[in-house]
Amino acid sequence: MKKLFKLFQPVLFLIATLTTTVAHAALEIEISGGSAQQIPIAIVPFGQAVTANQDKIADIIAADLRRSGLFRVLETSGVASRPTEVSQVKYAEWAVLQAQAITVGNVTALPGNRLKVTFGLADVLKQTQLVTMEYNIAPNQLRLTAHKIADVIYQKLTGEGPIFASRIAYINKTKNRYALQVADADGVNAQTVVSSSEPIISPAWSPDGTRIAYVSFEKKKPIIFVQSLTTGQRLTLANFKGNNSAPTWSPDGKKLAIVLSHSANSQLYTINADGTGLKQVTKSSAIDTEPSWSPDGKWIYFTSDRGGNPQIYKVSAFGGEAQRVTFQGDHNLSSHFSPDGKSLVMVRKDGARYSIALQDLASGQSQLLSDGGQDESPSFAPNGRVILYATRMGGRGALAAVSSDGRVKQRLSESGGDIREPSWGPLLN
Amino acid sequence: MNKTMLNKKLLSSLLLAMVLSACKSTPMVDKPAAVDDKSPNTTATAPAAPVADSGADTAGVKDGSVSGNPLTDPNNILSKRTVYFDFDKDTVREEFRPLVEAHAKYLAEHGSAKVILQGNADERGTREYNLSLGQRRSVSVKKSLNLLSAQDKQIETVSYGEEKATANCKDEACHQLNRRVDIVYEGE
Repeated sequence: MKKLFKLFQPVLFLIATLTTTVAHAALEIEISGGSAQQIPIAIVPFGQAVTANQDKIADIIAADLRRSGLFRVLETSGVASRPTEVSQVKYAEWAVLQAQAITVGNVTALPGNRLKVTFGLADVLKQTQLVTMEYNIAPNQLRLTAHKIADVIYQKLTGEGPIFASRIAYINKTKNRYALQVADADGVNAQTVVSSSEPIISPAWSPDGTRIAYVSFEKKKPIIFVQSLTTGQRLTLANFKGNNSAPTWSPDGKKLAIVLSHSANSQLYTINADGTGLKQVTKSSAIDTEPSWSPDGKWIYFTSDRGGNPQIYKVSAFGGEAQRVTFQGDHNLSSHFSPDGKSLVMVRKDGARYSIALQDLASGQSQLLSDGGQDESPSFAPNGRVILYATRMGGRGALAAVSSDGRVKQRLSESGGDIREPSWGPLLN
Repeated sequence: MNKTMLNKKLLSSLLLAMVLSACKSTPMVDKPAAVDDKSPNTTATAPAAPVADSGADTAGVKDGSVSGNPLTDPNNILSKRTVYFDFDKDTVREEFRPLVEAHAKYLAEHGSAKVILQGNADERGTREYNLSLGQRRSVSVKKSLNLLSAQDKQIETVSYGEEKATANCKDEACHQLNRRVDIVYEGE
């Protein structure tokens, strides 16, 4: 890992979302590192005939692309022309900036309080149009549309799947209040889903992003709830004697794997998303917890100390014998699957340090992605390219993200907040 | 910008964001549920466990067998409620035997008394694993109580994991205080 970092001149950007617009204060994001070959791109401010637009689409796109570490967003103020469609682009002007790609776009009003957003991406060197898109949206979907445009650019130029039009969930502790919050993946638009004077932990997104399962101590013991993000309605998924914790969804969204203790140690169960059909999956005298369901639906990976120290094991989702999966590191805990099911991210303890580790399941090889301390709660971005996790900064909880190749790192903090238990949700439609 | 200003700005921003989001026509997270939300529970769950806020009277007083409340009398060992544990261990240390024996005896003599054993862990490690570690400690105390004739139906074992731990411990003495089981009687 040390060798890796020497290859890259550390670059620091600071995107102070707090100071941009009043309506979008939230997490402050700091990025370090980046790909050796960042794609230079010119993002021309969109033509905005509609005065009501508070958001500058081009700025949101630029921030998304910068945050990925794969792009170098060029300063465009020195160029006189302001094309709003690809046919207006004078390529020579942008070649001078050494831009490889250019994006242009326009926002116009439609009848019935709708907006039309058009966007085009062109290759400056080949002087060809790569893609054009048109969106018919409500005014409050402007930010989401900007993220979707950033995803189109990112997909076209890097070949990776989309990532920006997604949300994250985390627990924000302020004084003695715990709030489960959901924000856009860029940390903007944080909204409280549920809050309590007692702890809330382990938020888990349903695969379609419409529901969140979480563990609340509001009744003085851990109980699992499932809450709709569209209606705010929630149901008690599991409130059995003892502890009810560690919910994780099956890939089809019909079931959850959960952990119950009854009157003994934590064991794995599955339960239907409506709270019916409880089935026991593991039957050991050890601690079995932190389930993660494989994307093919067949396996549940989990943490168990049956071998003396906590390590990751796997068991059929229908139960049976468990097999050990991790062999490096003193302890391995809290595993989560990559979306393609090929790798597993986890918390690894070596000595007194807890770091984020990534293990390739086919080869069993693993690498550390964070330099550790008290890192925990890792989860993958929808395209598997970034891992979000919890870390500590100045005695308080903060969020961090690292690219799955370890090259690009981000830290997200909120002034006055103590943030923990992040979970990256699926793409928004 | 100083911290207070930042916080104020943040707060007003969040409020504004909430107001704005409330106007949205697209389905978003726009209705924070109150935690006392009594939405219908459609699950076939086990009977709700006794919780600490379910009443004011202790079983001891109800039984009328004592004039004062021994559970809260500072001169009575029953007022001592915390069992501490070694690192990564769940065995009840010798020094806590008298305390556990006293509570077992009380439970055996007061059949309607109920306790919740709340396990705790220090902050090192993941929250869910620590929840299970705290549980193992509360199970260990339960077994000791069972051996001394307290009945299963009188005891619920739960865990707070590291959630009630003193954060940012700098030394072992601090961590030690977080590795504990608290004995809480129903109604307290």
